[in-house]
Amino acid sequence: MAAETETDWAALLMRVRDDADKAAFAQIFRHFGPRVKAFLKKSGAGDALAEECAQDVMATLWQKSHLFDPTRASVATWVFTIARNRRIDALRKSRRPEPEDLPWGPEPEMEAAEALELHQESRRLGEALAQLPEKQRALIERAYFGDLSHSEIAAETGLPLGTIKSRIRLALERLRHQMT
Amino acid sequence: MTIRHHISDQLLLGYSAGQLPEAFNLVVATHLSLCDECRARLASFDALGGVMIDVAPLDGTSENSVELTMARITGLPQVVRPARVPQVERGLLPAPLLGYVGGDLASVKWRSLGLGVRQAILPTGQGATARLLYIPAGQAVPDHGHRGMELTLVLQGAFRDSADRFGPGDLEIATQDLEHTPVAEAGMDCICLAATDAPLRFTGLLPRIAQPFFRI
Repeated sequence: MAAETETDWAALLMRVRDDADKAAFAQIFRHFGPRVKAFLKKSGAGDALAEECAQDVMATLWQKSHLFDPTRASVATWVFTIARNRRIDALRKSRRPEPEDLPWGPEPEMEAAEALELHQESRRLGEALAQLPEKQRALIERAYFGDLSHSEIAAETGLPLGTIKSRIRLALERLRHQMT
Repeated sequence: MTIRHHISDQLLLGYSAGQLPEAFNLVVATHLSLCDECRARLASFDALGGVMIDVAPLDGTSENSVELTMARITGLPQVVRPARVPQVERGLLPAPLLGYVGGDLASVKWRSLGLGVRQAILPTGQGATARLLYIPAGQAVPDHGHRGMELTLVLQGAFRDSADRFGPGDLEIATQDLEHTPVAEAGMDCICLAATDAPLRFTGLLPRIAQPFFRI
């Protein structure tokens, strides 16, 4: 596990993005594919549907790698959003409109440093989650695995989400500033 | 625009987890289009979703899963990021609403509710309903309470009720506890996007009779 968290997924996905690097994609697949499948099964999909959707999710990751912005999301977060959308399509048959696009990405020279900081924030979030009491963690899991209706969801996660929010807020401000 | 009333953590988490009915998703996505503060908060909830995926116990994909997917992506075109062009000036309605309305404000198919108040119901899936409301400046919406949750997002103008003042971009989240008579501020007609997951509860007799006809 310790070795795995050291893998620089963002760098691998950028190789997919910039060079259509299939070896990098396969490495990402081997890590995230089974996790996406587990996520979908926990959300109520049978084995065959979960397998099919997990492949869809990873294929989408390949196709949309140019839309990945490492200053605003980690690879795990990016995978989560694609898997969530696939789950909504496949299981809920509901629609989930997205907010208006932000048309500009970050300046390339800012990208690496900011991506690294975001990566570190995500890791801290993972550590904080691991330290939560089991009962509380289970409740958050149930919300994300689609086990709770919107009125049952309790917003208090007990996690320090403010720090990662502040970092992304800064990235957005810079983006808006570039646009004017 | 200075936004003072934001999306609650409960709704943001629900939107991030993909658990909201479509009408609520629409209100949240519209507010997010206007509010970078909530956009960043949403990103933090998405990051939590990312952590959940990362620590999820594994469930082995099929032996040939990687190969099958590699075969699928071979020859698939990659989506290219749009060029860096300045954002076009938008009309009144933020992007998520345009598809539901079929265009900007001029395309809204209003129906009169009397006293100059108009509404247009938007086509959304089950679980909650969404509508645009047009309230002439100075006009009140009939006094009502809520059985479930009502979200009201101001797109133009402003309204006041017993809770506070709500201006452009502000979102009021009303639950069973709140009984209110929203009044549009003088000066400018007020346009809102509203969504409810249960029928409203009107206190006056006349609106109660009219209610089934207007689906509010």
